[in-house]
Amino acid sequence: MKTLHKFHGGVHPPEHKTESSRLPIAAAPLPQRLIVPLRQHIGNPATAIVKVGDPVLKGQMIAAADGFISAAVHAPTSGTVSAIELHAVPHPSSLPDLCISIESDGEERWTERWPLDYQTAGPDAVRALLRDAGIVGLGGAVFPTWVKLNPGSQKIKTLVLNGAECEPWITSDDLLMRERAAEIVAGIKIMAHLMQPEQVLIGIEDNKPEAIEAMQSACQGTSFKVVTVPVLYPSGGERQLIKLLTGKEVPSGRRPINIGVTCSNTGTAYTVHRAVNHGEAVISRIVTITGNVAKPQNFEALIGTPLGELVQLAGGARPDTSHYIMGGPMMGFDLNHLDAPLTKAINCVIAASPALFPPKPAAMPCIRCTQCAQSCPCNLQPQELFWFSHSKNFDKARAYNLSDCIECGCCDYVCPSHIPLVSYFRYAKSEIAAQDREKMAAERARQRFEFKQMREEREKAEKAARMAEKAAAAAAAKAAAAASGVEDPVAAAKQAAIQAAVERARARKAEAAAQAATTATENPTES
Amino acid sequence: MSSPHVLTPGNSVSTIMLLVLAALLPAIAVYYFFFGPGILISLALASITALVAEAAMLQLRNYPVKPFLTDGSAVLTAWLLALSIPPLAPWWLIVVGTAFAIVVAKHLYGGLGNNLFNPAMVGFAVLMISFPATMTQWPAPLLLSQHPVGFSEALQYTFSGTLQGVKLDAVTMATPLDTLKTQLNLQHTVGEVKHMPVFGVFGGKGGEVVAAMYLLGGLFLLQRRIITWHTPVSFLATLALVAALFNGIDPSRYASPMFHLFTGGAMLGAFFIATDYVTSPTTPLGKLIFGTGVGFLEYVIRVFGGYPDGIAFSILIMNATVPLIDAYTQPRVFGHDSGTKP
Repeated sequence: MKTLHKFHGGVHPPEHKTESSRLPIAAAPLPQRLIVPLRQHIGNPATAIVKVGDPVLKGQMIAAADGFISAAVHAPTSGTVSAIELHAVPHPSSLPDLCISIESDGEERWTERWPLDYQTAGPDAVRALLRDAGIVGLGGAVFPTWVKLNPGSQKIKTLVLNGAECEPWITSDDLLMRERAAEIVAGIKIMAHLMQPEQVLIGIEDNKPEAIEAMQSACQGTSFKVVTVPVLYPSGGERQLIKLLTGKEVPSGRRPINIGVTCSNTGTAYTVHRAVNHGEAVISRIVTITGNVAKPQNFEALIGTPLGELVQLAGGARPDTSHYIMGGPMMGFDLNHLDAPLTKAINCVIAASPALFPPKPAAMPCIRCTQCAQSCPCNLQPQELFWFSHSKNFDKARAYNLSDCIECGCCDYVCPSHIPLVSYFRYAKSEIAAQDREKMAAERARQRFEFKQMREEREKAEKAARMAEKAAAAAAAKAAAAASGVEDPVAAAKQAAIQAAVERARARKAEAAAQAATTATENPTES
Repeated sequence: MSSPHVLTPGNSVSTIMLLVLAALLPAIAVYYFFFGPGILISLALASITALVAEAAMLQLRNYPVKPFLTDGSAVLTAWLLALSIPPLAPWWLIVVGTAFAIVVAKHLYGGLGNNLFNPAMVGFAVLMISFPATMTQWPAPLLLSQHPVGFSEALQYTFSGTLQGVKLDAVTMATPLDTLKTQLNLQHTVGEVKHMPVFGVFGGKGGEVVAAMYLLGGLFLLQRRIITWHTPVSFLATLALVAALFNGIDPSRYASPMFHLFTGGAMLGAFFIATDYVTSPTTPLGKLIFGTGVGFLEYVIRVFGGYPDGIAFSILIMNATVPLIDAYTQPRVFGHDSGTKP
């Protein structure tokens, strides 16, 4: 079934798929050491629940999900925890991250596995299993799947499965669909059970005829439809694929679920099946090793396998390899440490050479040719966004919808002046985010200041009120005293006391004098 | 290195400029065939002047000379100007026009990508206003000329201003548009005028073939996605429609649409000048508005204005409105109901 809808723009970079799609998926041998990062998903990193020296079994949870948007992490094989420390991980920043290192004992002993009959267990139980099995979106965004597969009160019209794999060089989804279509479909059934969509559409680019055929066969007997989409980058972008298959656009700033659509990668469906029907946590994935290597191909490798080992398995990088790209050439980033491990997010490693990836020429000024605007799948005006980012006019960049940019790289790809447009947009986005944070902080500070002002005023007012009350009470008492004839009761009382004391003193003096007089009359001769 | 890690192979500013220059070659060849070697001398002299002026300005502005000098944009400006002015022009006309275009209209406004007005048209306007007599001395088509000018004679005229033993009048002839304007003012009708020897099938003799070659070159640029259809189509359609309107009202005073499309700078303007990236709008609707404006003004200036052809002035006037057009024609963004409001 062909798709009827289109999205604006898009480009056709050379595909380079056949280099790695000729061989079947190879099982990578067990590595000596596995380095498992705690942060392999969007949201909070998992928190370790083992310590150094603990023995672990294959598939055992070694770090628990932390909070709502989070996922668990599991031991890829049996062995001993040798370290929990910072280690190089694949990330554009080249910064290290906390990882649990496991020395494998070579025995591959599984932990207890708990599959679930999803049709009788409630949806909450299934989602809890997905959370504890560490299922995250394997399309690259690694969003925790158990959060996504929750329709809430929303009626879901379409469940979209993303088998487009539109980036050049990458063939991991292609091979998975060719070889394990039945299991993918089993996973889709579970997803459909949770979401209860009206229709299920599986989008696959038309450069994967074997995968299309395999998935079509596997879908027989179900109501799932395989839809062929024309090869065009970035047809695998979530919003673009939804537009292609359903004709609907996800509104800016909202999620697909807001228009009754859910989109998941076909690889994620596979892991959902393994988790629910076999009780297996996510401990491996298919990864394409391609580019300037002797034997490019796909491997099923354990999470935590050092990427350099996988490159060696692919025949090793040729001598003129200059660097390595994680992901595809359009949106991938540089890998700076070959000992960084395979994570759930990595679907491809490309060994790059100057021949395969010529260095970019120096940038010229923008000539307003609008090739970028013509190729933008979000229908933005990249040349305007460039002018604004370049001149730090971030308000205008915001107004021209910079936040809708998906950083797909189509604009860079077509620019005759070789301007690094995506880099400018990333810069502007982070400046805008920093500005927003500062503004929020300033707003909070202002609120606190105003509250303090108000509080001080209120206290002052209360004190004044109290003083007024006291003064009023005193005045009232004074008034009452004046009404009963005494000028100043306090002073009057004082006067009375003084008078009384004076009287007492006079009285005593008089008494003393009288006493003296009586003694004199009784003793006359003594003179 | 950040993403993306690949760019379109072989894509650069100089590739685009070279393709545009290539698209002009058929027209230049036909021009030479019908009007003699003067055009080749003009093109060469203008190109040299443009490159020298560009190199000088780049040095003064502390820009790296090599990448900008080799991007081809200066040569393109030179060719467009040379194709707009009389082919048998004195050297100082070519040099002044080209130098002004490059130095003032391009570099003093910010250089590549930053100029508001089309440099070639600014150069043309300056020459038209400063040297109106020289700018109207167009050579006759070789077929009609009393004395067809050869290569060395053309060279001699360009650099010395004199032709050996021949008066200039013997060589020059009024252009088709100029002829039409003058004759209409003398109360002849279009029908009478059309039979004069300077006119061919649609437009002027020889000139209409050159215009057809510009059309061909323009279609080549469209196919290669160097230009989009919006500006040429809206410009030519507006010109043709307005011409048809007036022609319908009074065919004896107003020439036919085909005449207007195939004379003067219409075809050159539609595909090569109005489509200049830097000075035209960036939005599809904007390009349509721009093309319509240029087409309308072109007709108005030709028919009701003082100049025989109005392409330069119509483009310059519309250039001034481009930032406004851009601000008000932003297209709808994915996931939004409408485009950015100014």
